[in-house]
Amino acid sequence: MSEASSPLISLHQVHKRFGGSLEALRGVSFDVRAGEFVALLGPSGCGKSTVLRLVAGLEAASAGRVSAPALDDGGGATAFVFQEPTLMPWASVFDNVWLPLRLAQRSRAACAPLVRQVLATVGLADFERAYPAQLSGGMKMRASIARALVTQPRVLLMDEPFAALDDITRQKLNGDLLRWWAEQRLAALFVTHSVAEAVFLSQRVLVMSVRPGRIVAEVAIDEPYPRTAAFRSHPAFVDACRRLGEALEHAAA
Amino acid sequence: MKMKLLPALVLIGLVLAWELLVRAAGIPAYTLPAPSLVLATLIANFGSLAGSWWFTLKITFGALALACAGGVLIASVFALSPTLERALLPVAVVLQVTPIVAVAPLILIYVQSTTAALLLCAWIVAFFPILSNTVVGLRTADANLRDLFRLYRATPWQRLALLRMPSALPYFLAGLKISGGLALIGAVTAEMVAGAAGRETGLASRILEASFRTETPKMFAALALLVLTGVLIFTLFNALSRAVLGPWHASESSRTD
Repeated sequence: MSEASSPLISLHQVHKRFGGSLEALRGVSFDVRAGEFVALLGPSGCGKSTVLRLVAGLEAASAGRVSAPALDDGGGATAFVFQEPTLMPWASVFDNVWLPLRLAQRSRAACAPLVRQVLATVGLADFERAYPAQLSGGMKMRASIARALVTQPRVLLMDEPFAALDDITRQKLNGDLLRWWAEQRLAALFVTHSVAEAVFLSQRVLVMSVRPGRIVAEVAIDEPYPRTAAFRSHPAFVDACRRLGEALEHAAA
Repeated sequence: MKMKLLPALVLIGLVLAWELLVRAAGIPAYTLPAPSLVLATLIANFGSLAGSWWFTLKITFGALALACAGGVLIASVFALSPTLERALLPVAVVLQVTPIVAVAPLILIYVQSTTAALLLCAWIVAFFPILSNTVVGLRTADANLRDLFRLYRATPWQRLALLRMPSALPYFLAGLKISGGLALIGAVTAEMVAGAAGRETGLASRILEASFRTETPKMFAALALLVLTGVLIFTLFNALSRAVLGPWHASESSRTD
């Protein structure tokens, strides 16, 4: 792959201040290559979400350089999944998933096959007419991910998407997410404060410290995909969790 | 089922108490007519009252329709231009806080047609709740959804039509419920001020007319029609709100009745 040499997302010495005083990020640098799964791990308030918003073009860096598809391509190359499902409550599941294409001026009829295909992928084929209020938390998040995947993005940014879900639902969604990621060859940047989730999902975990946010450690998880539930008891998994746990302790101190 | 019957029973009980009180105390009809007499008067005069009722309904719903159109249009303009909002909202507030009874005589001087003047008075009262509620509603769109629309390069028009307007819908409907009652009050108040002049007259004129002749039962009959109108408007907009918001909004979907 020629893409492997040039990163898709690149941050170089990025600083971010809010207002005059609050320093959110200090000297953050990292790359994400096409098709790579990277987790950003850190305690609350360490600026993980700010990093995602910079990559999505929703915030501008105060200093340093950010390059990412969202900053130069049109809409659709980058998808964002929030901690809340963030669905439009007045629209059906179908219309929620259609939204990104609709905003690109594409008709409902023309998008229908694609929307139905994505809904089938995330396991919501029978729920296209349902309203978000009628879905469980896990199903809402599936709809939210379907909406992210429908534009066939190159970059998938996820901001603690499963933090509000119960453990069983969360583990199921973790496994499914890896499948969708592999099928669509996405570059995924996944923010979490769960060590186990970061290790299970990603190829690299970047550990961030509290304010001002900096990257203080990087741990590679060299286990091949597909990863199954058995990986959670694998020595490599346990070892990576231990190393990240220690790094987090330093980061929080 | 029991809970549904309770308010009806209370209402029937009150009317019965009224009837019994009038009969037992021998109160003359020109002071306080019994409900049975009011009903009989209403039936006897329905031919002439119905025309006035229709006129009041026209003014009320006409003003309400204009209030919806005006309120939503102005709120949308405010949403697209915060500068205009800052410039014009005080004017709307001034219109709102001025008691309509006090301005109505002036409006009747400036506006030639009485019907148009009544419509304008009712509109002034009815339009503000719709405007202010819609303005607030247009601002309440979820912050993450707004980010999502930015991420997908939504145009200002798409943001208004697909995000801000649907977010404002529950607020608009709440405003409509208030404005429905206010439009009726505005229509009646203005007509009270205008007096029983003109070819077409509403229920307020009939009340005034009956009061000059001390026809108290007729006053009550016209009043009963006004109450009925108010209740109908309230019921109508409650049903509308439920039909529109039922499937998705917390204010309607969690109702048990």
